[in-house]
Amino acid sequence: MFLQQLVNGVALGSVYALIALGYTMVYGIITLINFAHGEIFMAGAFVGLLLVATFKVNVFVAIIGAMVFCMLMGVVIELIAYRPLRKSSRLSALISAIGVSIFLSSLALMVFGADAKGFPDGAFPVKQIKVGSADISTLQLLIIGVSAALMMGLEFIVQKTKIGKAMRATSEDYNTSALMGINVNRVISFTFALGSALAAAGGVLVGVLFNAVSFNMGLMAGLKAFAAAVLGGIGSIPGAMLGGLLLGVSEVFGVAIGYSSYRDAIAFTILVLVLLVKPTGLLGQKITKKV
Amino acid sequence: MLKVENISVNYGAIKALQNVSFQINQGEIVALIGANGAGKTTILNTISNIVPSVAGKITYLDKEITKLQPHEIVKLGISQVPEGRRVFAKMSVLENLEMGAYTRSDNEVASDMEKIFQRFPRLNERKKQPAKTLSGGEQQMLAMGRALMSRPKLLLLDEPSMGLAPMLVEQIFQIIQEINASGTTILLVEQNANMALSIAHRAYVLETGEVVLQGDAKELASNPEVRKAYLGE
Repeated sequence: MFLQQLVNGVALGSVYALIALGYTMVYGIITLINFAHGEIFMAGAFVGLLLVATFKVNVFVAIIGAMVFCMLMGVVIELIAYRPLRKSSRLSALISAIGVSIFLSSLALMVFGADAKGFPDGAFPVKQIKVGSADISTLQLLIIGVSAALMMGLEFIVQKTKIGKAMRATSEDYNTSALMGINVNRVISFTFALGSALAAAGGVLVGVLFNAVSFNMGLMAGLKAFAAAVLGGIGSIPGAMLGGLLLGVSEVFGVAIGYSSYRDAIAFTILVLVLLVKPTGLLGQKITKKV
Repeated sequence: MLKVENISVNYGAIKALQNVSFQINQGEIVALIGANGAGKTTILNTISNIVPSVAGKITYLDKEITKLQPHEIVKLGISQVPEGRRVFAKMSVLENLEMGAYTRSDNEVASDMEKIFQRFPRLNERKKQPAKTLSGGEQQMLAMGRALMSRPKLLLLDEPSMGLAPMLVEQIFQIIQEINASGTTILLVEQNANMALSIAHRAYVLETGEVVLQGDAKELASNPEVRKAYLGE
């Protein structure tokens, strides 16, 4: 029972972590909560669904296709909605982000309608594997496996590649990075591309897991992932991974011990508690601004 | 080499620089001295275009650079060591130096890094450590090494002596002279006017955003007004 719930929690948590990474990376670099991020996740799910249903590709190809599409989408959103406001107050950019979020979910409602769409039968062969007392489905393994691979890939990019190092430099000190000859605009675009790609993968995985893709699925998933990012410490990449997993596991265990009607409240209770007790989150650092 | 003509900068309603003009010739060490708030840092940040100017023109090697992006200016060979060192605290010493070489893709980056380690042996001992674990003097060395990694033709130094013990200040200024001797032109901003004038060829004195005095560094150092206002006499 415990092992079963743990696996369920980790599977759900990996998806929260994938989405949370986008919030945290963007915040780390331009201190903006990209409230349109949940809608990128939703768009990823739709692109994945279209690819599987229309072009009959397998789930892995659908994930890659959704990632590529959403990368472009993230870059374009930043270019149109955030870059012109870079020098304005943070509130203006935040309002713009909320605007993009409403626009995208309304657009999806217009194009795809209000009903949730399911993946075609057999999009991904689901089998149950018995491990001790737990039944683990191949779907859960897919989610955990893909998420883990993507996060390792991200870690490699951020730690070892030139552009990844430039991302870390820019998130530490924007102006000094420009003084190093780093094209900070390009780094910001790259950050949006990375974050959006991860959200898109999360979208397809969630779509397959719940067999439902709808125009408003980004709202709750986005808010929970945001809570996960804050729990881990907004701006911290390992924090977002940890926060996502913890949130997923707490939600599943909360439901398991009988609080299923409060399922969505669990994430936000944690968010409120973190903000009250340790606003910098588990792995976040206090930002000391030098005047 | 660098020509600044009638530059003005505003911070909101505050006029930070008004009609500032000066020039730097190839091979020189030029010092900008002045009190806190006189606009010294603003001048460096305007050259690097971190802070935009509202009027005036900056030319570098006969090319206007006033409107270029900061990273394009670095690519042309102007590198800045910012005030307060601004090393990337969470990144290692090695990664900080790599960031300094960001604009380069030639195959001499590794050998240049070796040269930096020879010039600053302390950095070599600590190359795997995060920069925040370094002492103030070591961070200054890292900031200078990082700027040198771009192979600048013109190096802008902002308050390299800030917060350092006198012995370290001597050492840093010694190194500045060595860097200059190896062919890099230097624009030095300093509150420690005494030290700055002792190594500079020429100097400009700034007061509330305007150039009030200029000339040969030795002459300025013996100017009674300068001695009274900036050299503590």
